[in-house]
Amino acid sequence: MNIDKKITDDLAANDVSFVTTVPCKQLAGVIEEIDKRDGIYHIPSNKEDEGMGLCAGAWMGGKRPAIIMQNTAIGVTINTLATLIQYYRMPLPMLISYRGELREPIACQVEMAVHTKALLAQLNIPTYHFHHQADVEELDAILKYTFMCNKPVAILTDANFWGGYGDQ
Amino acid sequence: MIRSEILKEIAPILRDQLVVCNIGIPSQELHAIDDQPTNFYMLGTMGLASSIGLGLALSQPKPVIAIDGDGSVLTNLGTLPTIANNVADNYILLIVDNGSYGSTGDQPTYAGQKTSLTKMAEAAGCERVIECRAEDTGRVLQEALDAKQMTIIVSKCESGNAKMPPITMDPVVIRDRFMKAVQA
Ligand SMILES: Cc1ncc(C[n+]2csc(CCOP(=O)(O)OP(=O)(O)O)c2C)c(N)n1
Ligand SMILES: [Mg+2]
Repeated sequence: MNIDKKITDDLAANDVSFVTTVPCKQLAGVIEEIDKRDGIYHIPSNKEDEGMGLCAGAWMGGKRPAIIMQNTAIGVTINTLATLIQYYRMPLPMLISYRGELREPIACQVEMAVHTKALLAQLNIPTYHFHHQADVEELDAILKYTFMCNKPVAILTDANFWGGYGDQ
Repeated sequence: MIRSEILKEIAPILRDQLVVCNIGIPSQELHAIDDQPTNFYMLGTMGLASSIGLGLALSQPKPVIAIDGDGSVLTNLGTLPTIANNVADNYILLIVDNGSYGSTGDQPTYAGQKTSLTKMAEAAGCERVIECRAEDTGRVLQEALDAKQMTIIVSKCESGNAKMPPITMDPVVIRDRFMKAVQA
């Protein structure tokens, strides 16, 4: 299975047509796939809170948005999640690379990894953790759930899910 | 001229357009001057009015006017390159540049000192950037609407705030009536 393609197919099948991204090494493939799709407007943002603003506007304009970002961005976006996305009750699927987990080569990434789930739990954000490739099967249901309840929803995707970084 | 005087003057132009309005006193003033379902008031999240406005403009055909402040644009400077590189000809960003953080007591911003938001928008790649005096805002805004070209307006005005009540409308109500106006 090509996960990048599968994720993009699920987004498209759920009418997600406005996607903002800030890259992570693990997300390179899926970003490339999204960039290629005709039915998806890909708008890279310079910071993830900016991206969430774009998504809020797109949703009010009638498009289903999504953001693709690294878990370190949870630290950047807490105010925006609380005072924009949650306060005005807007749906926002967040496909998040979960850096700093098993098979992580960069020690600094662990420093935000240890806070990631705690911060999401504190914000009452429904959170799913993809650890094995097969976990991607739930993405379709998670997207439907997100647009049913109009909440931000986190999908944490760790290094094991993406196939690691090769031999280390 | 201060922000509230500009808003009073341009209210007849804003009335029929989708407007995303900056956090704090700007939204309170617009709400008090001419509340409309076509107004999206930001109650928090300083900095994102221009981003919300751009996302909205890119996602539907009606004109969108984002009313932002110099301090808020400075806090989300990344917005300028994103705007420049994702051209939406139904998008107008009106920066009310009073050279201060008005809502929090008129503390000076760098935009009132050495920094030019007009030049920063140009350097970011925005093609139609117009700096004007507060008194000319209405004319420049109407011309931008008529031009049907993405425009950044930097309206240089004085610092100062009108005393208006806080907005007590529920955020979901603001958002819901706004979305209905978008679809109407
Ligand atoms: C993250 C964050 N920092 C600070 C504030 C406080 N704050 C609210 S409005 C504002 C001033 C905004 O200034 P500007 O965008 O220039 O608008 P003006 O009121 O001058 O029209 C500030 C600092 C905030 N709401 N959020
Ligand atoms: Mg100001």
